[in-house]
Order: sequence, then C-alpha cells, then structure tokens
Amino acid sequence: MKKVDARGRSCPEPVVMTKKALEAETGDLEILVGEEVAKENVSRFVRKSGAKVKASQIEDGYKLIVNR
Amino acid sequence: MNSKKGIIFTGGIIGILGGLLVVFGNPANMGICVACFIRDIAGAVGLHRAGVVQYLRPEIMGFILGAFLIAKGTGEFKVKGGSSPITRFVIAIFVMIGALVFLGCPLRMVLRLAGGDWNAIAGIIGFVLGVLAGSLLLKKGFTLGRSYKINQINGYILPIIAVTLLIFRLVRPSFIIFSESGPGASYAFWAIALAAGIIIGILAQRSRICMAGGIRDLYLIKDSHLITGFISIFVFAFVVNLIFGNFNPGFAGQPAAHSQWLWNLLGMFLAGLGSVMLGGCPLRQTILAGEGNADSAVSFLGYLVGAALAHNFGLAGSGSGVSTNGRIAVIIGIVTLFIIAYSSIQFNKKAA
Repeated sequence: MKKVDARGRSCPEPVVMTKKALEAETGDLEILVGEEVAKENVSRFVRKSGAKVKASQIEDGYKLIVNR
Repeated sequence: MNSKKGIIFTGGIIGILGGLLVVFGNPANMGICVACFIRDIAGAVGLHRAGVVQYLRPEIMGFILGAFLIAKGTGEFKVKGGSSPITRFVIAIFVMIGALVFLGCPLRMVLRLAGGDWNAIAGIIGFVLGVLAGSLLLKKGFTLGRSYKINQINGYILPIIAVTLLIFRLVRPSFIIFSESGPGASYAFWAIALAAGIIIGILAQRSRICMAGGIRDLYLIKDSHLITGFISIFVFAFVVNLIFGNFNPGFAGQPAAHSQWLWNLLGMFLAGLGSVMLGGCPLRQTILAGEGNADSAVSFLGYLVGAALAHNFGLAGSGSGVSTNGRIAVIIGIVTLFIIAYSSIQFNKKAA
C-alpha cells in the first residue's frame, strides 16, 4: 500500500499530497497527518473524490486508510 | 462546527461583529482588521511613531486567547514548530506591507466592500490572483517543510504576550502610546472589543475559517467549504451596515482607503500570495498561533515588524494614495516571494 506522510505540513499541503497520490496510484492508500484539521480536510477531500476513508489515532496524529 | 452550517454561522458572527464594532466606536469600515489592528499595536508599543495609528486593540488579544482557550478545552492545543521560521518571518513582513499598501487585511477587504467601498474590488481581484499564484506554486511542490513536536513552552509565549498587552491596555503605563486623533483614537470600549475578539477567536478556531483558504480550496480541490464563510461575512456585515446607515457606496472619500486601483490590486496580490505560502491569512495565522503553532507565532511577529517598517519607511497607503517607497516595496515583496518559492521547489525536487 502506497504511503503518504503529511505530518507537520502546513494547510493545505496534506490535501495536495493526497490528491497527487490519488492521481498517481491505483488501489488503497495510507496517509499520515499530524493534526485534527488535516484529518478533516483530507477526509472531506477523499470522500468527495468518491473513495472511502477510515481514520485511527496514532501517537503523533492520525492514520487515514483510503479504500477505493 | 466543521460543517456547512458551522462555517456560515462563523462568517455571520464575524460579519455582524465587524459591523457592530463600528457602531460601538471602531473606525469606519474597520470593525475588524487583523492587519490594521496589529499595526496599531506596533505603534502603541513604540515600534513605529505614526501618531494616528497607535492603540492596543483588545480584539487581537481576544483572537489569540479565544483560540488558545478553546484549543485547550478540545484537546487541539498542540505545540509544534520548526518549519522554516525565518522564511515565514520574511513572508509575513511582506504580507503585512502588501495589506497596508491596500489598507486592510483580507478580512477588512470584505468588510470594506460590505460598507460600499468599491476600491476594495481591485483589492479582491489582486487577492484572488495572489492566492491562485500561490496555489500554483503549491501544485509545483512549494513547501516550507514539516513542523515537529517541540517543547510546550513555545506554545505559551504568544498567549502570554497577549495577556501582557491586555494588562498594558488596562493599566496604560507611560511607555505605551495611544493616538489622540485619527483611526487609532477610534475604538470600542475595551471589554466589548475583547469579548468580540474572544468570540471570533473561538469560532474561527472551531470552523477553521480562512480568507485565503476559501479561494485556494475552490481552485485546488474544487471545495467550496471555506469560501462559504468568506461570503457569509460579506452578507451579514452588509446587512448590519444597511441597518445602521453605514453603507455608503462609492470610490471617493472612503474611510482609510485610496483609489489607486493598480496599487490596491498589487498590494493584495502580495498579501494573497504570501498568505498561501504561510498556510493561511493573517486571521488564520493568529488563530493557529493561539493553538500552539510556534511557526504561526513567528508569522505574527513578522506582521508586527512588517507593520512597523511599513510606517517607519513610509510604505503604507493613505487617503492620498501609495508613495513611491510603498510601490517599490510591493514590487520587491512580490519578487522576493517568488525567489523563495523557486528555491523551495528546487530544493524539494533534489530532496525527492
């Protein structure tokens, strides 16, 4: 599974990185983000693009699994 | 709060308070202005000596403390930093210079339009173009790099400075300067200003409202969430202005404004471009600084220094327009930001 590490990135870089990964890869995606805001923004973007997303808390942020 | 209703509500409250603060004594079409108010604070502590714009605006302290308290309450207070602080400092200086050439942050730009100041239209066009240019740079790979978890004390420094300034506002020690005339002498009662600031600080933290973010997300990810807040501010401020007779449409004679459309446009282009590079408009950066983001606290200090330079070097716009110095500074700012962006994109290409 392709991984994207967007922890600590300023808004809206996590979303831009997710978008690039969604365009470049097929299949599932694991995205790490550092904060609540990035989790919300990436989740909203992924759902809008028609994929499913599940978030879980990790030590320094959140892990988002994108299923499509 | 992270819903469509939440962002419309936040925008509505900011718009209403923006209109009402003028009724309560703030300068016309300047109910809330992050750039102008930071500029007034810079003057009050003597960083610049422009006699008409010196006052410790409790609204700004309210933004920081409101965001701080709510982030503490919701567990979102996270102390982090280390993402190119000195570069952020310089970008913030130029964001402030651009905003003061236009005479207002992106928020006041919208409030000016809602007060009938058509000069704001050139500013909005410039701001949109600046945000689009910044978004394009993000697409090309521009980043100031990631931040890291750092010592907790870093997150408390700006809130403590805010409390200190608030105490100075109330005690008025002799080294603090307040304007005796001009916009700096127009202000709402401190408790009203502080309460409005805290309410906006809380709502802005919860809703993540951002003037630059609205246009940026619409372009980059076709997401209209944040722009809804932007529009909501305009609509509600407009209604309040109509009710209180503060809607005066026209170009000439607008309060704290000038009609040099090219410099209104370029000033806000610089502010928009820099805001995207920093990750948010001055309001958003102030809120982030309250919730423990040390990089945004550096941006805040950059705004403060930028405001001081803007007045010490005669760069800020005035009713009569923009000086030669101001025009040169805007051009230098735009060029500087593009050089920073270019070097970042090259650096990240090599790192990748």
